Amino acid sequence: MRETTSNPDAIHSDAFLARLMRDQLKLSIACALCFIVALVALPLLNYFQPAFMAQRVFGFTLSWLILGVLFFPFVWIISFIFIKRSIALEVAEAQAATKDGAKR
Amino acid sequence: MSLPLASLFLAELGKVDPWIAICSLATVFVTVGMGFWSAGKSKNAGDFFVAGRSVSVGWNASAISGEYLSAASFMGVAGMVMATGYDALWYPVCYACGYLFLLLFIAGPLRRFGAYTIPDFAEGRYDSPLFRKIAVCFVLFIGFFYTMPQMKGAGTTLAYIFPGLPYWAGVVVVGAVITLNVSLGGMKGITLVQAFQYWLKVFAITVPIFVLASIVGHYEDHVSANKTAFETVASTPANIERKALPAKAPKDEQWISPFGKLTTKAVDASIAAAPTPEAKAALEANKKPFSLLYTYSLIIALVCGTAGLPHILVRFYTNPDGVAAKRTTMWVMILIGVFYVFPPVYGVIGRSLTPELYDAVGAKGTDKVVLELPTLLAGKNHALLGSVLSGITCAGAFAAFMSTFSGLLVSMTGALAHDVYGRMLKPDSTPEQRLRAFKWAAVIIGAVSILLGMQVEALEINFMVGQAFAIAAASYFPLLFMSVWWRGMTMPGAAAGMLGGGVSALLAITMTSISDVAAAGAKKITDVAQLAAFWQDHPVAKSLADMWVAHPLARILCEQPAIWAVPLSITLMIVVSKATAAKVPGDIRMKMLVLHAPEALGLKQEYIKEHEGLSH
Repeated sequence: MRETTSNPDAIHSDAFLARLMRDQLKLSIACALCFIVALVALPLLNYFQPAFMAQRVFGFTLSWLILGVLFFPFVWIISFIFIKRSIALEVAEAQAATKDGAKR
Repeated sequence: MSLPLASLFLAELGKVDPWIAICSLATVFVTVGMGFWSAGKSKNAGDFFVAGRSVSVGWNASAISGEYLSAASFMGVAGMVMATGYDALWYPVCYACGYLFLLLFIAGPLRRFGAYTIPDFAEGRYDSPLFRKIAVCFVLFIGFFYTMPQMKGAGTTLAYIFPGLPYWAGVVVVGAVITLNVSLGGMKGITLVQAFQYWLKVFAITVPIFVLASIVGHYEDHVSANKTAFETVASTPANIERKALPAKAPKDEQWISPFGKLTTKAVDASIAAAPTPEAKAALEANKKPFSLLYTYSLIIALVCGTAGLPHILVRFYTNPDGVAAKRTTMWVMILIGVFYVFPPVYGVIGRSLTPELYDAVGAKGTDKVVLELPTLLAGKNHALLGSVLSGITCAGAFAAFMSTFSGLLVSMTGALAHDVYGRMLKPDSTPEQRLRAFKWAAVIIGAVSILLGMQVEALEINFMVGQAFAIAAASYFPLLFMSVWWRGMTMPGAAAGMLGGGVSALLAITMTSISDVAAAGAKKITDVAQLAAFWQDHPVAKSLADMWVAHPLARILCEQPAIWAVPLSITLMIVVSKATAAKVPGDIRMKMLVLHAPEALGLKQEYIKEHEGLSH
């Protein structure tokens, strides 16, 4: 990989980029995992525990209630947490980067 | 051609419910009116392509939602839940939740990179005009695949409103109106119309169902009227009326529980054709594992496919910045999540009250349950209410296929006018020439869409959309995801992965469609000798159909290819990129910074300056 080293500014260092991407990716993956676990688990529960998932809750079956109703608010919560954290992360990164620049 | 059509139209008008006609026409006129109104406000090329990049979060979220909630969502989901039961619930859930993936991995970085279209991104990220051409082809390709079901929705709805009107007439009328709209107003005009149509659709799906449920019984009561395999009798509440199900309808136990008709169709066909009881038993044992596989593949296709649909992605460029892009996605998820709770309710109540739809096929089948259900109130001494509500759902259906088709038309027209004309054919064209190119491209794409739409009457709306998603999931999603997060990607790697995944998914899906279309034709023939002749005329479809019966697993993997096509695409990207590591763009670090660093640092400006310095 060719790298240009014309700009010695802290923002342009490899370390800064690596940290930036790592922090954001970590947050994204953590949120995605919550969601993926739910997506993988529901069919498995349906498969191995059909009687449990077929019990009636408010007239729905448990499985129907989860998939048809509860899944939507669950995803809203994940996305709300992600947005808050992600925007806070960006603000912190911007501040840190400009501070580094000022120090030099 | 227009004169007989007009006289037919007038003759039919007499038989049409006035409320349905008024609501539908009002939707069309408001859409066209808003298009004209904003046409006066859209002036330069930026307004046409990305709405001047200045759409606020609220407007943009409503517009994306309006664009996303298509005929498949409005009519198809309800129809599919009614036809196949629990398994179809994955469609609305994954349509909504796919957005989460978009938000987590793609929305912010893509907006920061700041390009007009996906092909722009492809070229900018890899410095390769060749890759732009490949990406353009794919935008057009996936777009057309997604256009066909919208056209089917248009034909179905118009044939429902005007019972004598042929299917193709609906396709032509709606296609022409939208094409006019897009060529007049471009992206900016469409943003306003889309936002309006989101709220219309939510209104049209919620209000009738609340009124209906208060009269004929609630969602949960109608679900509980279906007994599970673990109950001996159905606990049907006293206020629930249930009509007898026809023989074609799935049984209660199958319908309400997971791994029902949708996912076991392939194995069931093999069981029916199995020669010996032993063979039947062996297949029976495979039924549940195979349907689990089908479910997972469907989930992957829908979740990854949402993140890869070009007409949705292009909307992210209309956000002012990356933070706004993230906020917009959050709101889109809430807006479409609220909507998607309701279509299954129509399907469930429809199973109790309009089971006769199970017997019909094509435009008259379960796909029209959303339109049909409100008219039941007329039989319950609420004649006027039934007509009004039916008018409202028709208006919603109009809004659904009109808005999605306009969105698709904008993104495909953008690809043709901006990428093919502006970048490839005539790079030195003036802004006026490009604007004219945009309008002509809209007309060309609109005409092709109408022609394609006429061919697909036999296929189910939601099924066709699922296929467009599977192709997008295996091509665009890996491209965007890997390009944004992996520095080591090279142009050959990206192209190999996108084409390898996308084309193999496409081939697999086409194989199932060829035999399905032929089978739909064969169903209409009752005479045995004629049937044999029919299959003789379609040797490819016949051999494919025979192969599916012999190998149900192959059928499942071809019908839902995402489970192997997405990993295939990503693997190809990694392997080919590693092999061509020398081709990683020289300024990759700067590109990655632009993708990931907060806008506050102003790296975007630097990047543009640096590039100008290089090229001039």
